[in-house]
Amino acid sequence: MDSDEQVKVSTLEAYADTILPGEKRFPGDHAIAGAAEGPGAVVAGALELLHTDATGVTVGLPYLAQSLNEHAKGYAKEHDLALDESLPPFVALSFADRTALVRSLTAPGHPEKDGWVSLALFCNMSFDSAAHKHTAEAIAEGHPGLLAMGYTAPDEDGLWRFPKFSYRRELARLHPDTTPSGSPA
Amino acid sequence: MNAYDKTDVVIVGSGFGGSIPAYHLAAGGAKVTVLERGPWLETKDFEHDYLLGSSYTRAFDFVVGDGMSVLGGNCVGGGSVVYFAAMPRAPKFVFERHGSIGRRMWPSAITRDSLEPWYDRVSESLPVSKQDWNDVSYAGGLWASFCDHSGRTANPAPVAVDNDRCVNCNFMMAGCRFDAKRSLLTNYLPAALAHGAKIRPLHEVQRIERIDGGDYRVHFNVVDDEDYRLQSGSGTIDAKIVIIAAGAGATPVILQRSEAALGTMPHGVGRYFSGNGERLNTAIINEERVREVLGLSREDGKVYEANHIGKGPTVANWDKLDGSLPEYERYSLEQLYFPPGLGTILAQVPDGAGSDKDVPRWFGVEKKEILKKWASWLTIFLMTEDDNEGVFGTPPPTGNAYRISQQMLGRGPLKYDPTPNTRHGWALADAECKEILEKDGLAKVAPWTNDVVGAYTVHPLASCRIGDDPETSALHPNHELRDHPGIFVTDSASVPGALTVNPAMTIAALAERSVPGIVRALQARGVDVTYGAPAPDGSITGRRAVSKLSLVSGT
Ligand SMILES: Cc1cc2nc3c(=O)[nH]c(=O)nc-3n(C[C@H](O)[C@H](O)[C@H](O)COP(=O)(O)OP(=O)(O)OC[C@H]3O[C@@H](n4cnc5c(N)ncnc54)[C@H](O)[C@@H]3O)c2cc1C
Repeated sequence: MDSDEQVKVSTLEAYADTILPGEKRFPGDHAIAGAAEGPGAVVAGALELLHTDATGVTVGLPYLAQSLNEHAKGYAKEHDLALDESLPPFVALSFADRTALVRSLTAPGHPEKDGWVSLALFCNMSFDSAAHKHTAEAIAEGHPGLLAMGYTAPDEDGLWRFPKFSYRRELARLHPDTTPSGSPA
Repeated sequence: MNAYDKTDVVIVGSGFGGSIPAYHLAAGGAKVTVLERGPWLETKDFEHDYLLGSSYTRAFDFVVGDGMSVLGGNCVGGGSVVYFAAMPRAPKFVFERHGSIGRRMWPSAITRDSLEPWYDRVSESLPVSKQDWNDVSYAGGLWASFCDHSGRTANPAPVAVDNDRCVNCNFMMAGCRFDAKRSLLTNYLPAALAHGAKIRPLHEVQRIERIDGGDYRVHFNVVDDEDYRLQSGSGTIDAKIVIIAAGAGATPVILQRSEAALGTMPHGVGRYFSGNGERLNTAIINEERVREVLGLSREDGKVYEANHIGKGPTVANWDKLDGSLPEYERYSLEQLYFPPGLGTILAQVPDGAGSDKDVPRWFGVEKKEILKKWASWLTIFLMTEDDNEGVFGTPPPTGNAYRISQQMLGRGPLKYDPTPNTRHGWALADAECKEILEKDGLAKVAPWTNDVVGAYTVHPLASCRIGDDPETSALHPNHELRDHPGIFVTDSASVPGALTVNPAMTIAALAERSVPGIVRALQARGVDVTYGAPAPDGSITGRRAVSKLSLVSGT
């Protein structure tokens, strides 16, 4: 088995990849399951974001990774799965099993739900808002999440402006009980 | 204690509930100090950036509770700095609601008609204007077109936005870099400062005690500018009158924590919380069907693909704001934009987009697929009638939440377990959304999930509400805390229940209405103060309207 740090990193990568999956970075990539085409949360910077102090979750990461592996062991036992012992237990699970486990950890009523939801929240944010980078820089660098979502570059001063923003047509009848202030009666 | 830390009025929080009395009382001659837990950001500080630590996370606050999460402002100007500035007046029937108490929940002195002159004052002060179809964003136009296609009406929402300055960047939640949004930083607050009011940012009020002679002592901590979990000191300030306006998610917590020193709080403090009956529905638009069926296209040849272009909500459907319908069956459906991050995590994969019940809806492979269509999302914001079922538990050691992140994210003591009435309203509104959006294959829609962070509101209300009945309200109809003379609550916490529309206009009108009574309370304590200032820019049309009224508000 790898060093503690490597175990932590690949376990968290596997979690991030379960939230927003991507393609493997290299043949034999275990942390990323390869369940979806194109880069996912890991390549979008999930680990960088999780290690940003501002999130407030950074100090808890070793504990979360360890706990996730404990849960994975329990899950494997319960489902009679033999795990590759050269990998951290959560990484050794298939994508479908990782997904099922994360679903149960984040389900209403699970005592640790809050922690696993926060972790998912930040993994998601690495992809959909690149919260560890200035947005304009992330786009200029080709951030995979922001580009996948159709974000375009800002003006030269780093601000977005959309001179064209409206169909500029009357598109519906107004409610008959609209007051002169434009409010409902 | 420093002998100088003494003033006539301390105001806790600088949103609508705090800034409006701050201006009027300062203009009338009172010494006013506003304590605000968040930073004081200016136009140049407002960034277009999702980086943690940019104005987006500095200025707002997301508190996860048990069954309900609350999003609010955290800066000088409060929610007005991050809000979307849709400013409708509440429909007439709202004021006649019974809600969870089985009889009219608003004080008998307040109706839509009696509030109208106060709405006018706010409308003139911010100012608020009607929009026309030229102002409506692509997303709003699309929603209008959907409504029309299914035989419904749709209205451009009245807004507090200077549309000539607006660049439609859709970064409203990070504060307005172009000064187009009429936040309180552009009207009441500068006017209050001009009349000598003091604003102390990064001052988080913890509790209040009563001192000799009937005055109050307000205890605060000084919060670090970057890491809000850290405190760099504490202090007190004495005042004859305290106005609490920390927002409906924070005001009752300050009072609960003060109970040991002040004595028993009215039953209504920290109870009857309403999330304004809110939910989001996210539709994934079929661009080609929209071209074929609705005949829409943009100037650049695209059909819609414009989720990120515009300015929050611009068009609402008000067909179900019909007073003849039973309670819990009335709601509005408003087009809305939420930026990524908080706005996308909970969007669910709709039925029939290849999903079955064994795949997760809010994360995973299919979630990634709908994220790739993000530019073609249309978000509909449902504001229904809920049952005021939120209750605040034991207050955390400081503020109103255990802070998790340096900024933005915390865990709070609010507990919310929706009743069948509330769920009924949500289900009707969800079904109507689906009917409108999925007609003729125009879109696929998935309703909100409460399973991840609970219900979610940007419009917290009623945790310390006004009313005639001491059993079910915390405040007299003049906003004074029952059994605690000299403490007033003038913010969203005072609004008795869900409004079925965006609330800031009503919160602001109530705050305007509360001022004459507060002036009288100050006069009774020997402070030389008068009432009657014009709108912050000097306009006096609104003042004429209210000066015709008896300025006795509910006493
Ligand atoms: C993203 C978003 C969009 C919105 N869009 C709209 C819209 O389009 N239309 C609409 O009508 N409404 C909108 N709202 C809601 C609106 O902003 C609120 O209803 C309104 O601001 C509430 O006013 P308030 O005075 O009660 O509280 P707030 O404006 O929240 O002000 C309370 C202030 O008190 C401060 N505070 C809290 N605790 C303490 C303490 N212990 N000590 C000192 N200060 C404290 C807070 O930092 C805050 O600045 C939106 C809200 C959000 C978050």
